[in-house]
Amino acid sequence: MSITEILFWFLSAMALGGALMMVTSKNPVYSVLWLVVVFFAISGHYILLNAQFLAVVNIIVYAGAIMVLFLFVIMLMNMNADNEPQKNKWLKIAGAVAGGSLMLVFVAALRQTETLQAQQVNMGGEAGLIKTLGKTLFTDYVLPFEISSVLFLSAMIGAVVIGKKGD
Amino acid sequence: MPINYYIILAVALFSIGVAGVLTRRNAIIIFMCIELMLNAVNLLLVAFSKMHYGNAVAVSPSAVAGTEAQLFVFFIMVVAAAEVSVGLAIIVMMYRNIHSVDVNFLNRLKH
Repeated sequence: MSITEILFWFLSAMALGGALMMVTSKNPVYSVLWLVVVFFAISGHYILLNAQFLAVVNIIVYAGAIMVLFLFVIMLMNMNADNEPQKNKWLKIAGAVAGGSLMLVFVAALRQTETLQAQQVNMGGEAGLIKTLGKTLFTDYVLPFEISSVLFLSAMIGAVVIGKKGD
Repeated sequence: MPINYYIILAVALFSIGVAGVLTRRNAIIIFMCIELMLNAVNLLLVAFSKMHYGNAVAVSPSAVAGTEAQLFVFFIMVVAAAEVSVGLAIIVMMYRNIHSVDVNFLNRLKH
């Protein structure tokens, strides 16, 4: 077993365990912290795939910005585990069974694809380096890049308008 | 590393997200499960791009071969960040109106 495989299995276990703990923990603050663990595991996967730019962006944007936003909102609302709504146990079981069935369907569909299963993931390559991606982003994809800045501006204005007090 | 492993990992993460959306009633946790699903898809996109990387280099040995999917993931992250800011504003608004983030209280359009 090579070091890459050991890292792959460790990061996969970390991501799946963190995701399960995120869904099952009662306190929303713990959920956010477990989701940060999942994001770090996924960033580790990106580094393993030599997609270094995406790993850094994932940590900065998701674990750094979005999760802090979630934490702020949760702390502003002053939620604790006591006012977590109680609900039917059967609905919970039905939701878990539905998610499991979805996974079963996906895996069953995967089992029928012999040509895809034979493919290997190429761990090396320079496609994920910041230099390569930056060059492509600012030559071929410069129009989507600028449009996304307009999207950010409108999202910012929208958040302020929605969150404004009054009426 | 076979592509199978990445597909099954992403499918498992996505299914956990779906199960979380179906079982939890807290709007913030439902939103976090949606983020988890987005990340599972991003991971699968990068894995597939790395799977096709060898073929892309063989066809056209340029510097930009294999970067498209990673830029796609970058733009998905951009859109997700914008979506989170608006979505959290909506959740804050909902908390201000009904003093709860339980989605069961949102079963009518007017209160």
